[in-house]
Amino acid sequence: MIYGADVSIVLVTIAILFVLTYYKKWGWLWREWLTTVDHKKIGIMYLIAAILMLFRGGVDALLMRTQLIQPNMHFLKAQHYNEIFTTHGTLMILFMAMPFIFAVFNVAVPLQIGARDVAFPYLNAISFWLFFFAAMLLNLSFVIGGSPDAGWMSYPPLSDLPFDMGPGENYYILALQITGIGSIATGINFFVTILKMRAPGMTLMRLPLFCWSVLGACILIIVAFPALTAALALLLIDRIAGGHFFTMLAGGNPMMYINLFWVWGHPEVYIVVLPAFGVFSEVVATFSRKRIFGYTSMVASIMVITVISYLVWAHHFFTMGAGPGVNSFFAVASMIIAIPTGVKVFTWLFTMYAGRVRVPAPMLWTLGFIPNFAIGGATGVMLAAAPADYQYHNSYFLIAHFHQVLIGGTVYGMIAGMYYWWPKMFGHRLNERLAKHAFWWFNIGFYVCFMPQYFLGYMGMTRRIFTYSPGMGWATWNLISSIGAYMMGIGFILIAADIIYSAFYGERDTTGDIWDGRTLEWSLPSPAPHYNFAVIPQVNDRDAWWESKQQRLEGKEVTALQYKSPLRPIHMPKSSGRPFVLSVCFFVAGFGLVFNWYILGILGFLGVGLCLILRSFEFDTDYYIPIDEVQHTEKAYGRLLHGEQ
Amino acid sequence: MHSLPRAAHLPIEYSTEDGSLRIFGFWVFLVTDMLLFSCFFATFAVLYRHTGTGPKPSAIYDVRGYTAETIILLTSSFTSGIATYFMRRDNKSGLVTWLVITIVLGLSFIGLEVSEFVSDAVTGATLQRSAFLSSFFTLVGTHGCHVSFGIIWMTCLLIQISKQGITPVIARKVFITGLYWHFLDVVWVFLFSVVYLIGGMY
Repeated sequence: MIYGADVSIVLVTIAILFVLTYYKKWGWLWREWLTTVDHKKIGIMYLIAAILMLFRGGVDALLMRTQLIQPNMHFLKAQHYNEIFTTHGTLMILFMAMPFIFAVFNVAVPLQIGARDVAFPYLNAISFWLFFFAAMLLNLSFVIGGSPDAGWMSYPPLSDLPFDMGPGENYYILALQITGIGSIATGINFFVTILKMRAPGMTLMRLPLFCWSVLGACILIIVAFPALTAALALLLIDRIAGGHFFTMLAGGNPMMYINLFWVWGHPEVYIVVLPAFGVFSEVVATFSRKRIFGYTSMVASIMVITVISYLVWAHHFFTMGAGPGVNSFFAVASMIIAIPTGVKVFTWLFTMYAGRVRVPAPMLWTLGFIPNFAIGGATGVMLAAAPADYQYHNSYFLIAHFHQVLIGGTVYGMIAGMYYWWPKMFGHRLNERLAKHAFWWFNIGFYVCFMPQYFLGYMGMTRRIFTYSPGMGWATWNLISSIGAYMMGIGFILIAADIIYSAFYGERDTTGDIWDGRTLEWSLPSPAPHYNFAVIPQVNDRDAWWESKQQRLEGKEVTALQYKSPLRPIHMPKSSGRPFVLSVCFFVAGFGLVFNWYILGILGFLGVGLCLILRSFEFDTDYYIPIDEVQHTEKAYGRLLHGEQ
Repeated sequence: MHSLPRAAHLPIEYSTEDGSLRIFGFWVFLVTDMLLFSCFFATFAVLYRHTGTGPKPSAIYDVRGYTAETIILLTSSFTSGIATYFMRRDNKSGLVTWLVITIVLGLSFIGLEVSEFVSDAVTGATLQRSAFLSSFFTLVGTHGCHVSFGIIWMTCLLIQISKQGITPVIARKVFITGLYWHFLDVVWVFLFSVVYLIGGMY
């Protein structure tokens, strides 16, 4: 089976290369995509990569569910099972959820705050390519040398050299390290963008809630990811330089890794779920045609979650002997976080209350999310009770809980965001009929898959076991769970089919405001011109675009968002191939270190250094779009400029 | 992207919007770097008594060596401040002179550190010996790598200054390297206290 997968990877690669060459698209690909620093294009590339990784992680999940479908299955070997659950977790968190949130960051944030780009466009491109090549590095492990097999958190001493020879763990460490650097850069980039690049008049309390949630997520990225960098660096030193941080000998302490890992790992789950909350806030307000209820309490709850999520990491090891004082502190902190989350759920419900609610695909996923998160949140509080956790720890109850919140929160949120901003990205909308089928297959399959796992957890089934004997009484629930997993797979295929179908037959968005939206991105044509705003808008209120539409309806003169001020040449960053080359060098360095080929590793790092130095000596990094060209483009969009001759 | 001129009373490195944006971004980067060091400090604090069969901290620390390193690095932070002072007064030769002095001090710091590491390794106190030594070399070595990176960075800047003189872009770069250099100085103050003074008591 592994060979079959290898062959199919090679065939797909050859097919892609052939199509690109046949249609002479290499130049186009390089100029328009690989060298771009435009946040909208980078967002689209993140989105494509995230969906591909969702597919790969999903296939991993289906392989595992097939293996567990009945007792004593011989579908996968134990080693394969270890590798598959490890890559499933790693891919889904770091190479699916993270790029998915970065996709919506890139697509929506600059447009919502009335900016022409992110604060550091060149760095943004570097972030994307680091993520991309790190993902390739991890996926390469499947073909060359063997996948990581020590679980997605790679606890030492299990992941230390004496217990885990071979390159699999090295692949894990280096791929995460490289994508982690990119994530930190993205966190800094969007933090600065939101704080410093808002259009005039957009005070923080007029900021769209999605941007608030991105701000919270970026703060968490900035404070949490360095801990992952540190943990992985120390593990790498243990593995390739013979260090003794986490070994069983010479004074090492594996618990140190577990602490460092979860100092990142717990905030990470809020990093991926906060933007989803932001998407829900936008979607609920738009499709209820109502201003969001309790804006201030929404902002406060985002910030409270941001702070508390940093104080709960030890709940991941209640059973590892921390003592009652420590366990109590982390149990209480873990439970308290449910309060701001509850506040958010109620404000969404109150926004819908007495609103004129429409239910297209983005709203459907939002509505589907609410019961999911209520159940997932309740089981989370059960897990947070330290004494009870001794019962559920590392059981299928835990598996069911975190899939319920991570899929029910992040995946539902990102899919809602994808449907919501799809017209803005591509200029056409996705097909509603297919979207509804996809949602119901996925949503029903989701309950069929994970509800039985709560029971399995109570029946004593622990995570990571690759098969079980018939006498355990787990067979029926496992069978039901696997059926649910396949239903989710059908839901995913329908989403993919929708994307392909709508590319040809999707309803075109000619207005730029297909949902009757509220925030500034809907004031632009779809897809937006590469400079976004011909004239930076003046913001006077929350939901600036909605308010200006209301003013127009009431026959008042619209003060904001008009081309009042004269056009000026627009300052834009130049495209650059260096982010791509730099990331290839990182990939080479990582690949060298995976196999302890130090010469290749050093060559890769020299390449990285050379790219940095060349950038330092480059001063011709941006250009101006002349007024004529802006006028021409705006006219092509049918947007006449104010006061034009 | 902005490069519209701003108020004239601001220092040259803040005189463009792009400049002040990048300086703010660098401050945020320093937060992440500080947290990276914090994690290594925490690891050292947990592991410095875990010496296994290797030497204790007090057995390998060279008081004269690390005191000299401290004095040199703190001085270099001062000289990089003087470089910024001359930059703001549009004095190119002053800027170049004090940057060169900073680089020389940085190089002598690195030289002392490397000789300290080598003499430890010769006596068998290597990173592979014990958890304490792993955390010691990683923490101090990471700081040393940062200093080396800063030296390369400032050398590149010297070449650019000699070609272009003091422009807002160059000024922004000099200011950011200055921030970086002061940051490394602050980290060293903690290294001196935690690794050498507190660690040296064991």
